[in-house]
Order: sequence, then C-alpha cells, then structure tokens
Amino acid sequence: MIRATLKSLMARKLRLILSGLAVVLGVMSVSGAFVLSQTLTDQFNKLFATVGTTLDVTVAGRAQVDTTTGPEPVTAPVPDSIRAQLAALPDAASITGQVFEEGLRVIGKDGKVITTTGPPGIGVNWSAETDLNDLTAGRAPQQPDEVVVNNTIADRGNFTVGDQIRVLTLQPARTFTIVGIAAPKPDFQRPTGDLRVAFTDATAQQLMIGQTGQWTRVNLDAADGTSPAQLKDEVQKIAGAGYEIQTGNEYADAQDEGVQDFVGILRTVLLGFAAVALFVGVFLILNTFSILVAQRTKELALLRALGAGPGQVMRSVLLEAFLVGVVASTIGFGAGIGVAIGLRALMESVSGANLPPGISIPAAAVVASYAVGIVITMVAALLPALRAARVAPVAAMRGAATPDRPLTKLTVSGGALTIAAAGAVTAALYADLGGAVLPVLLGGMLLGFVGIAMLTPAIGRPVVSGLGRLVSWSAPAALGRRNSARNPRRTAITAAALMVGVTLVTGVSVLATSLKESMQSLVASDLNADVVLSADTPGPNPAGGFPDAVLREVRQVPGVSSATAVHLDTAQVGTGATEVAAGDPAGIATVFGLERSAGDIRTLRAGQLLVSDRYAEDHHLAVGDTTTVATQRGKPHPAVVTGIYRRSDLLPGVVLPPAEATSFRSPLATTGYLTVAAGADSRAVRARVGELLADSPEVKVTDQAGYADQQTGRVDIMLVVLNILIGLSILIAVLGVVNTLTLSLVERVRELGLVRAIGMYRRQVIQMVTVESVVITVFGALLGIAVGTALGAAVVAALSNADAPLVTVAVPYGTVAVLLGLAVVVGLVAAVLPAARASRVDVLRAIAYE
Amino acid sequence: MTAALTRTSAAAAVDVWKVYGETEHTRVEALAGVSVEFERGRFTAIMGPSGSGKSTLMHVLAGLDTATEGEVWIGDTRIDTLGERATTKLRRQKLGFVFQQYNLLPTLTAAENITLPLAIGGDKPDPDWLAFVVDSVGLGDRLGHRPSELSGGQQQRVAFARALITKPDVIFADEPTGNLDSRSGSEVLELLQRSVDEFEQTVVMVTHDPKAASYADRVIFLADGRVVGEVSEPTPETVLERMKRLDGRRLEAPPIRR
Repeated sequence: MIRATLKSLMARKLRLILSGLAVVLGVMSVSGAFVLSQTLTDQFNKLFATVGTTLDVTVAGRAQVDTTTGPEPVTAPVPDSIRAQLAALPDAASITGQVFEEGLRVIGKDGKVITTTGPPGIGVNWSAETDLNDLTAGRAPQQPDEVVVNNTIADRGNFTVGDQIRVLTLQPARTFTIVGIAAPKPDFQRPTGDLRVAFTDATAQQLMIGQTGQWTRVNLDAADGTSPAQLKDEVQKIAGAGYEIQTGNEYADAQDEGVQDFVGILRTVLLGFAAVALFVGVFLILNTFSILVAQRTKELALLRALGAGPGQVMRSVLLEAFLVGVVASTIGFGAGIGVAIGLRALMESVSGANLPPGISIPAAAVVASYAVGIVITMVAALLPALRAARVAPVAAMRGAATPDRPLTKLTVSGGALTIAAAGAVTAALYADLGGAVLPVLLGGMLLGFVGIAMLTPAIGRPVVSGLGRLVSWSAPAALGRRNSARNPRRTAITAAALMVGVTLVTGVSVLATSLKESMQSLVASDLNADVVLSADTPGPNPAGGFPDAVLREVRQVPGVSSATAVHLDTAQVGTGATEVAAGDPAGIATVFGLERSAGDIRTLRAGQLLVSDRYAEDHHLAVGDTTTVATQRGKPHPAVVTGIYRRSDLLPGVVLPPAEATSFRSPLATTGYLTVAAGADSRAVRARVGELLADSPEVKVTDQAGYADQQTGRVDIMLVVLNILIGLSILIAVLGVVNTLTLSLVERVRELGLVRAIGMYRRQVIQMVTVESVVITVFGALLGIAVGTALGAAVVAALSNADAPLVTVAVPYGTVAVLLGLAVVVGLVAAVLPAARASRVDVLRAIAYE
Repeated sequence: MTAALTRTSAAAAVDVWKVYGETEHTRVEALAGVSVEFERGRFTAIMGPSGSGKSTLMHVLAGLDTATEGEVWIGDTRIDTLGERATTKLRRQKLGFVFQQYNLLPTLTAAENITLPLAIGGDKPDPDWLAFVVDSVGLGDRLGHRPSELSGGQQQRVAFARALITKPDVIFADEPTGNLDSRSGSEVLELLQRSVDEFEQTVVMVTHDPKAASYADRVIFLADGRVVGEVSEPTPETVLERMKRLDGRRLEAPPIRR
C-alpha cells in the first residue's frame, strides 16, 4: 500500500508542487520570523554585553513621567555637585560626567534635516566619548562652536573636517564647525547607526539638557580591588534614593530588555502574517487534494475492489499529505532562513545599524516549521481523505460521471458558521470583553472566512453566471464562463482563498480611509486657523518645533490677525502620565472652538490647569480640585483645576499655562495656528512666515487642508507596509487559481481535444481558459471587497461609539477599483501557463478512446 | 493522376506514408504508401484488424494528423501543406466528426452542442437547416438536455447533427457505434446512410464491425498500413469472409521493409 502511494505520488509530483508551494510560503514566514528574531536577540545581546564591560557604575536621574507607550521620557539630570561628591570616593578610580540625550537633528547640506528611520540623533559631550570612540580625523572640540561628528553623519551628509554644520537641539538651528570625525572603536560596535554630534561639555549641557552644570549620567570606574557592586553601594550612600544607580552589567541588561521588547513585537507581527498566509494555504491544499481524489476515483475504487479497506485508502491519502508536508516544510524552513538574512540586511541598510555577521537558528524555528507545515497539510487533506475512503469499489466498473451533489448541507452549515462568526465579531467590537477582545475578534474573522467559503458555492452560481455574461462576447468566452461555473465547490474554494487576502486589504483600507476623512472633516469643522505651523517629523519622537520668540515676530507679519502657539508633551498629572498641551488658553479656546463646560477656560495662571470633561470624568475632578503636575524636566507641584472644556479630538485632555512649557522635554512650541485677516494674501503671509522659520526647517507652513494631510500621512505609510505583508497571502491565493485551473484542465483533456478537432483555434482555447480564470478571480475579489467593507465598517462604527464620536465610514472607491483591476490582471496572469498547455493539447491522444 | 483524382473525389490520399521512430529498431510504419479516393456522395467504410492503420488513415485525411510523406486532399484543397491554423479552419468549415465517445461538451445542451462549430466560427445557424437536421436525427424534444441526461444513442445522434450543421464536404466517423448496443447502433448507422442517400453527404467511417460496414456503399480493407482490397455493395457475410482471408494472408506474408 505504501509503495502504491509513493508511486502515485511520483506520478503526480507536478500537480502536488503548486499546492506544496503554498505550504512552503507559509512555513517560510514562520521560520523567517523565528530565525530573524533569534538572530536579532543574540546579536543585540552580544553588543550590549560589551557595553557592560566599559563602565562599572553609572548614576542617572529618574523620570518624572512614567509613560509605557510612545517616546521614552526624559530622565532628570544629575547635578555637577553630585559628581564632585562622588569624585572624592577613594574606591572610584575615575569619574566622568556624560551628556547623552536624544532629540538632536542634523541639517544636511541641502538645507533639509537628515532623517533616519529608527535610530535617533544623539547629542553628547566629547569628553565622555573617548572611552568607546576614536577620532578618525581632526581633533577634539575646544571652543563652544566646535563639534565632532560621527562617521554616520559624515557619510550621510557628505561632511568633512572644516565644514560648517547646522544642528537642531532644544534650541533652533545653530551653526558649528566640524573639527573632528569619530567612529566607534572596533571592539565596541554599536547596534544602531545613530547620528551623533559631540560638543564641548558646557555646550552639550546647554543644548541637550537645557542648562549648564547638569549631566545626563555620571559614570565611575572602580579602583583595583573594588567590585562594581561594592562601588555601587558606596555611591548609593552619597547620592541617595533620588537617583538610579546601576552597575555596568545592570545597565547593559536594562538596555537589552528594551530591544528585546521590540524584537518580540516584530516576531509577533511576522507570525501574525504567517498565520494569514497559512490559513489561505489550507484552502489551497484542501482544493488540491479534493481534485486529486476526484480524479483518482477509479484508481481508488480499484484498490478497494482488490481488497484494500477504507481505512487503508484514507491513510494512503493522508500519507501523501504527510510527505508533501515534510518536503514543503523542509524547503520552507530553508527559505525562511534566507528571508531572515534578507530582512536583516534590509533593516541594517534602512537604519544604518552595524550588526555582526552570522545567523542564529533556534530549535523553535525547526520545530515550528515542521509542526506547522505538516499539521496544516494533513488537516487540509483530512476531508478529501475521508471522501476517498468512502469511494465504493463498484465505481471502478462504472463510468466516472459524478452527479452534482446537493449543496444544502454545505450551505446550511456555512450559514450557521457565518452567523456565529458575525456574532463573535459584534461581541468583540461592542461588548466589554476586556483582554479577550483581540482573540475573539480574530477567531470570529477566521470562522467567518470558513463560513463564507462554505456559502460561496451556493451564491457562486448566479454571481459567476452574471459575471460571465459580461464577458461572453464569443463562443470560447462563453465556454470559459460555463467551465468556471461547472464545479461550484471547486470554484468556491479557489475564490474564497483570494477572498481572505482581499478582505484584509479592503478592511484595512476602509479603516484608514475613514480615519483620514474623519480627521479631515474634523480639522475643517473644528479648527479655526487659516495657516498652521507644524513640525513634519515622522516617527515616534517628535522633537521638532520653533521658539516662542519666532511666534512674536510672526504676529507682526502684515496680514496675520492672530497667532497662537501650542506646546505638546507627555507629563505626569495626578497618578498617571497623560498628553498635555501648554499655551495661551484664550487663544487655544478660539483656535479649537472649545466650549465651556465649567469654570473659566480662557485664563490660566501659574499653578492652575484646565481639563476636558472626559478627563475630568475619568479622574474624578471638578473645578476647584487640586492635583499634582510634573513635567518632564520640572519638579512635581500642586495645581488647581480652574476650568473644564468640552472635549476636542484635536486637543489633549489637559491644558497647562504657557510657563510650564519651559520645563517640557523641549521648550520649543510644537504647533502654531494663525488666522489671516480678510482680504490679505494668504500665500504671501505663508511665504513671509516661512522666512521667519529659517532656523526651524522641520516646521512646515501649511493651510488647513495641508495640516490635515500631514496628520494622516502616517496612516499611508502603515497602509503600504500592511499591504505588502498581506500580499503574501494573496500570492498564495493566486497560486491556488493556477493550481485549480491546471488540475481541472487535466480532467478536461478529452473536451479540449474535441473542440480542437471540430475546429477551435489554439488562440480560442487560450481565450476560453483565460475567461474561466478571470471569472474566478474577479468573483473572489468581489467577495473580499464585500466582506472587507462590511468588516471595516463594523470596526469603524464600533470605534465611533467608543472613543471618537466623529469617525465616519468612508468607502475607499479608489482602492476598490484598483483591487478589481488587479483581480482581472491576476486572472490573466494565472491563466498564462495552463492556457498555453491547454492550447497545445495533443488532439489525437485526447480523443483516442481508452 | 493527381488532377484526375481531385475532380470527383471528396477526399483522397496519394501515396501517403506515416512513419514513427528514427532508428531501424524503432521504426513503425503506420501507413506505408496508401493511395485511395473517396467518392462524393458515397458512404465508404475503412476496415482492418487492430494495428492496420485505419484510424491513422482517417486522422490524416481529416487533418488531425500529418503524413510523413504523400499528398492528402479534401476536394480541391491539398491539406498536407496547410499550416496549423488553416487546417483547423478547414476542419471547422468543411468537415464533420463523429467519434466513438466523448463527442459532446458536458456543459452545453444538445442544441448548443449541435451549433458549436458555427459558434466557434462566430456564425449563426440557418434556422431552416437547423430544424431540418434536428428533425432528421429525431431529437426535437431533447434539445434542452445536457449530455448526462441523454442515452448513448441519443448522444451519438446529437454528435451526428453537429457534424451536419456546417453542411460539410466530408463526415468522418470513427467507430461511431463502438459504445452502443445493437439497436442504438443500427439507428445511428441508418442515419449515416440516409444522409448519404437523401442529402448527398459523403461519409467515411472507420469500423471493425462487419455489420456496421455493411451499411456502406464500399468497404476498403487495410492491413499493416496498406490497402489490401475492397468490396462494393458489401453484406455482413462478404465483409466477414474478406476479413478472415485477410488474417490468413497476414500470417503468411512477411512484412515488406523499405
């Protein structure tokens, strides 16, 4: 029996290759995810380990604000007095004050800020760099306007010793002279290629911390005979509990943890998309094995007639599936390693990082690859195997005409599943399920896909006929249409596989478009400003802005009737971190059209704050209550609520007086809102304002519509990434179409021979097969668009109930049109090889009787 | 000789060879210098034992296969020099086919199967001719049925109607009764005969069944890729007799090698 199975497998290897390919792609994603994350983990581990060896004890301030998401909060600086005290310790062999702050931006020779995706720009003092870095050219900075830049900046911006360079920090652009270029010592390669500018001590302190006499960290080396732990205790006694004191290794481990979190998220995301690809792969394998079993009915019946039991037959099909799974998993595992290498190279080039070579392959990757590949293949082949077991021996004698099996059972169960799935999705979106929301939502979607796939044969016939009528301009095309409808189950599974990917793309697109349009209408309706000054920094660390002084000048520009600046940051209010705004309350109230809910929302003195009604409700605050406010660089202090405003989606829930902004992470204003007097030339005003902002090149001067576009720009980037990842499952679905076509054409060899004999041209045969293919793909796309729109609309509706009452559903007609067009193209492409083979069928062999 | 052949014959083979294999060892002569004419408006049967080359001859005549050497004519057209596309067009417009089985497309109704050659060419059927053909084969009440709903005999009759719809020069039938019981088989053979007698079709039928061959006006016998004899106005007995003699002769004569 096993030999018979193996022989039949070899005979059909071409047919199984396509379905195997689906498993390969899915397993490749799984293996790639594991290998990549393990590699990154190990390599970062190695790199951070070296850091731990260079210092023994490090002292830093604590953060005022405990944010769990978004940019890292700023730690309080360490005063120089502490450094002086610690310098006196006998067990400290050496002590260095270090300035090391993110938020530095470099302006390139073209006047634009040099952007990096990922690694930050860092401002440091040169004296703390010499342990780990060497000068590759020039000398150390000695004057306040001299700097050393690192090799990344020199390469990216084409800078050499002697050039002038403009740098943005907590202050707007200042010009410096490059006196040296530095690179990490060979033993201390950094994991990320950051942009680093080293100033003199005082300049670094002033520009990066905001005041002199302060350090980011104070680092100590232990004297011979003293362990880092001992030194740490001594430092603790002097510095006290207000500072974070760590040994070198503890510090390295903490850094490592941060990176591990990121790597963990990366792996989860990659595995998520692998799961989608594998889900689609199940459809494909199910279809392939169904078709193969159907084609082998006579052979299987013969085996049964000769005495093989149904169990043996079923096991032989499952054995085939197992072998396909093993081979596909092996190839997929290998391909995944390749993908991981490729992705790592991509990450390195994009982020400028410098990882050591080599790749780590965890055992989990091997186990997961084989487990997933084999289980998926065998689960998918289970139903066909069961059907094979039920082939009656007498079928070997009879003609193999299978009557159309009724679809009622399938349709009813499909309908039940779909309703259950809809229920699960609704519950996930509207009911309060706490942490279970995501699994229930995903489970509901999965169930829904299966349910709809089961319903598809029933709804398929009329839809496919209707579709076909559009393309039946010739007899071959009409034949193609009929062929696509003749086996509703087969067509349904093939189309359903495509539906999964299209649903995801459409759903995400509906979500994104709705968000964008809502944002745009929100800005249009709620924002009372003609011109907006806004920093255009993509990424999670918005540090760009402009000084208040510039705003005073902007106010003087003819045509400007009012100008309001808003500073945004995260601060600790009460017991939690929250987004806050600081600025003139009257101006803010006008710009954002705030409605008064209680108290006075148009004035703020020191020690006061305004909150939104939502924030007040969540935190049980009323006018007159006192709470604590601690900004990133300030000290905690009490503040009284003096006004409550009706919440606005464009403004955070807390507004502080303008003075608080001086102790924000950056004293620069984040956004400015101007109104232009009636009759004034808006364009001229914008041009003049732009000139005033010459030292803040990150700040863009736009009108309302431009501002709305800026805000939604990030959505577009995410959309592209998501679509690429979803593209993998669509690719698998396309393989499914090719597979179904190829296998169906094998069955129809006699018909092909017949029509060629009675006079159909080869080109007409190609036309016939192509129409069949396009009908299937367009059908799948239509299904996906319908389901995706419904899903996206449901999510949007849920969102608008909960959080943002102004989110409206917008259908991305452009995307839908593109998807339909793509479906046609995909149908054409998928048909190329099968149609060519069909047109070249050997007519004589095809019509010969057996 | 060529010119004389084409004026009265609907189809003709002139010294046709069909050879497979390249080496001495593997060389197979399916047809070894066959020359034969098929008269217009006549029913001719080609008979022979298995391996005689009768199917190959029909395939070559019908443009479904290419001769290695020799000339093949359909009416005034020499078809062995035509390209693939032109041959396909010829089959569609000038020839009709009835195969032993799998004659019909399962997704089409009987009516659609009948008009298929016209549809492929983008033409509409002449309604009178269509009605006539349908009536002649006696399928008026089954036009809307799919092949799976028709009996074997009915399917062959649909195939024959399809063969007639283009008013072909020649109808080629390859063992048309092979899969039928004797009653349905007789019905189909009678239809073939009637089409020749009443509407002057030319029918060339390959068969191994003497009873089927007796419906023809002339029977040509093939053995080992050569024409070895013919009988006019055949009866089942004369045909059977000839077949037996053929077998005997074959056992005595050695194969002739070129």
